[in-house]
Amino acid sequence: MTIQWRKDVDAALNEGRTKNLPVLLDFSAAPM
Amino acid sequence: MYPDERVARFINEHFVPVKIDIKEHPEIFSRFGAQWTPTLILLDPEGKERYRFEGYLPAEDFLAQLEFGLAKTAFAREQLDEAERLFRDVAQKYPKSDVAPESLYWAAVSKYKASHDPAPLKQVAQDLKQQYPESSWAKKSSVWAA
Repeated sequence: MTIQWRKDVDAALNEGRTKNLPVLLDFSAAPM
Repeated sequence: MYPDERVARFINEHFVPVKIDIKEHPEIFSRFGAQWTPTLILLDPEGKERYRFEGYLPAEDFLAQLEFGLAKTAFAREQLDEAERLFRDVAQKYPKSDVAPESLYWAAVSKYKASHDPAPLKQVAQDLKQQYPESSWAKKSSVWAA
């Protein structure tokens, strides 16, 4: 299973609001 | 931790996950006050930060942190029954994790806030003294033991 990472923070915030789900931000130095 | 199947499943089921690379988006690091990598920030559905942790962790401890973050989110949103259940889950599933004693503490606080009955506070002080005597949470709860 792979994680369904989003790249756009603001779109993810909207998605979280719409789906009533928390948003997990992963700040990393490594490429995806 | 991400190659771990349990971690991937848990994240997909419970979050809208976003990965941000510091080289591509330094402005987003500043926006959320991230100062180190890796930093994980958990926002509630309204976009308010509820929990963050920094540094690499093995899968088991990483899962404990994520579940603890969900419990803190429920607590902050005054979903006290749900918060208590989630905190107890963390303590039961990850008893050796750093957040286990803190989870017991906050489970008792959640129950107290929901019921106004101080008995859970007294009980957790005894439990923490027995199970995690060296933890700061045993010290913090010791005031309730008398």
